Amino acid sequence: MVVISVLFIGVFGLKLGIEFKGGALTEITYKNSRPIQTELEPLLKPLGFGSLLLQPTGELGYIIKSRDLDNAEHALLLKTLSLGENTATEVSFNSIGPSVGSELARKSIFSIIFVVIAIIIFITFAFRKVSQPVKSWKYGVITVITLLHDIIIPAGIFAFISHYTGAEVETLFVLALLTILGLSVHDKIVVFDRIRENLRAGTKQTFAETVGRSTSQTIVRSINITLTIIFVLVPLYLFGPATTKDFALILTIGLFFGIYSSLFFASPLLVLVEEWQKKKK
Amino acid sequence: MWKKFVLVSIIIILGLAVGLFVFKTEPKLNKNFETQNSFFKKFPFRLGLDLSGGSHLIYKADVSAVPSGEVSSSMNALRDVIERRINLFGVSEPVVQVQHGGLISGGGEQLIVDLPGITDIKKAVEMIGQTPVLEFKIEAPKDVAQAVTVDENGVANLSVSSPYVATELTGRYLKKATLEFDQNTREPSVNLQFDDTGTKLFAQITKDNIGKTVAIYLDGSPVSVPTVREEIPNGQAVISGNFTPDEAKLLVGRLNSGALPVPITLLSTQTIGATLGENAVNAGVKAAIIGFLLVALFLILWYRLPGFIAVVALSFYTAILLAIFKLLPVTLTAAGIGGFIISLGMAVDANVLIFERMKEEIKNGHNINDGIHAGFSRAWTSVRDSNTSSIITSIILFWLGTPLIKGFALTFGLGVLVSMLSAITISRIFLFALGIKKNNAFTQFLFGSGFSSAKNVKINQ
Repeated sequence: MVVISVLFIGVFGLKLGIEFKGGALTEITYKNSRPIQTELEPLLKPLGFGSLLLQPTGELGYIIKSRDLDNAEHALLLKTLSLGENTATEVSFNSIGPSVGSELARKSIFSIIFVVIAIIIFITFAFRKVSQPVKSWKYGVITVITLLHDIIIPAGIFAFISHYTGAEVETLFVLALLTILGLSVHDKIVVFDRIRENLRAGTKQTFAETVGRSTSQTIVRSINITLTIIFVLVPLYLFGPATTKDFALILTIGLFFGIYSSLFFASPLLVLVEEWQKKKK
Repeated sequence: MWKKFVLVSIIIILGLAVGLFVFKTEPKLNKNFETQNSFFKKFPFRLGLDLSGGSHLIYKADVSAVPSGEVSSSMNALRDVIERRINLFGVSEPVVQVQHGGLISGGGEQLIVDLPGITDIKKAVEMIGQTPVLEFKIEAPKDVAQAVTVDENGVANLSVSSPYVATELTGRYLKKATLEFDQNTREPSVNLQFDDTGTKLFAQITKDNIGKTVAIYLDGSPVSVPTVREEIPNGQAVISGNFTPDEAKLLVGRLNSGALPVPITLLSTQTIGATLGENAVNAGVKAAIIGFLLVALFLILWYRLPGFIAVVALSFYTAILLAIFKLLPVTLTAAGIGGFIISLGMAVDANVLIFERMKEEIKNGHNINDGIHAGFSRAWTSVRDSNTSSIITSIILFWLGTPLIKGFALTFGLGVLVSMLSAITISRIFLFALGIKKNNAFTQFLFGSGFSSAKNVKINQ
């Protein structure tokens, strides 16, 4: 899955929204009826606003994507779009200069990196008493490896979807990835916590058996909690505001793979590390 | 038993009170909201621009001419000036923020301006960009060359390049402007008070020009041309153009708001129509209610009695959190509501963890009462650790994030924090208060989950 997702990202690429690369997004609605696209395009071309993209929205509206516009250009665009009696009313306008865009992208990347580092440190600290047989910082590293898996797959699927629907990477996409990170860390901590407890109880089982037992003990909880969150996300997707639709979708995909990775990826990795350590000795 | 009963009653009453507070302070839920006690009107939800409609502007400040030590103070001065200008136009609750550049954010010094309710971006930009240019000019020396041209109709035009020449005295040296009305004519006039440098300059100008006129120019055109009778050493001047009271008032405001300490350029603009925002709110609320009902249904069907208690605890938790949003107040954006919904998920998670553990303990041979105790104490470590990691995450995001991510991080972090204190504690107190000691088929059914009841099963290990 990870390989396929990386391939998707590589082949289709992640289209950056105007928030990250700069540009303008104007949403308008017409008073009477929506003119057809080919009628508007020749009108807009001479304005020289770069490659314009017209997307129909709702019953009477259009979303126009262009390069970033200053005040005068913005007014000109609106004037051009109004066709006599059939006036165009602006619903929203968003123009972002390229420097602000790159700043946002930078901040998003930095915040993800810092969150990941903080998670490793926290898990190392929280599991400091269980350094036998596997050192606690390794729990942290394993968590992060599985987190990468949890993030790359939804990103890959998103790249695949966006290739067909033209969805773009927005701040909400980053937010969805961050939420997946948070929820998936919850999962891993719950499983690891059980391993910690079972290890302390000091049964004669091998490490692999303890891990296996802990995983099966937490499986109902893991599935149920994913179900509950999906119960929240499905209405958000179906009835929620248009802006959060993609968010809910990515989150649902991410949650599914998050659970999958806590159960079938994180724990086996832990066992693998332990066996690998044994061999070394 | 008695104590528990009192405790539970207190919690229920408090919970209902908080719920009532949230309900009463919402205009949409109360038909006769306008007639209500003013106390309730003070706490509406504060909606972000993406939900209420408005303009969001980002300006870049050019601080290259400012010494590095004074960047921060000149940015604050800039913020104050812009804030004063916006306030003049009566925008409700504008937010003007300085964003400093840094290693992580890059970008340099920026000024972020949020104008709720203003969807005409052109007007918004104009109102911020307006700087009144106030100049004092003196009569040009008489011997300046004057050109006379004769046009094709034979009319001679005397073109005076400018009858007045600029002096050093400008609006920069203005300390404050006040509005006054003439005692006799009731005509409005604008009184100016210069600062120290301005006073000296003005004294010099008046001293040199006794008997002549001094022109006061506003935005490039003369508004008042008084004749100087004597030297004015106290730095006070009066502009008595033919103002209407409103014009004079506006001018005073504009003069007082002053010139910008550093030049700014507009980097990005964003407007959200009010209807778009309202639709987003309605859709979000609808989705949240349906989501909450689905979760409640699931919890009750699957976890039965504890599930029902969890739903009660979650309702209280929601009420408390919404009340906090109102009281702090937290500005709610679409992303913020997303954070709130996720934190609700986390609160459910904590309860599910505990119930699963409870059921397990009961299966392993504890009676129901001990099982509840063991369930809470054993699940606590994982609840604590997972929520701590969430709080750490939200702190980092709040610290580093873009405004949108900050909104998410704030509601999410608050939500997780409140859930630790409310959702978990409340369901714990309620479950203990029930004081179920019996261990029969019925109680086992109540504490069972899914398709099995919580029987004491001897497990083979």
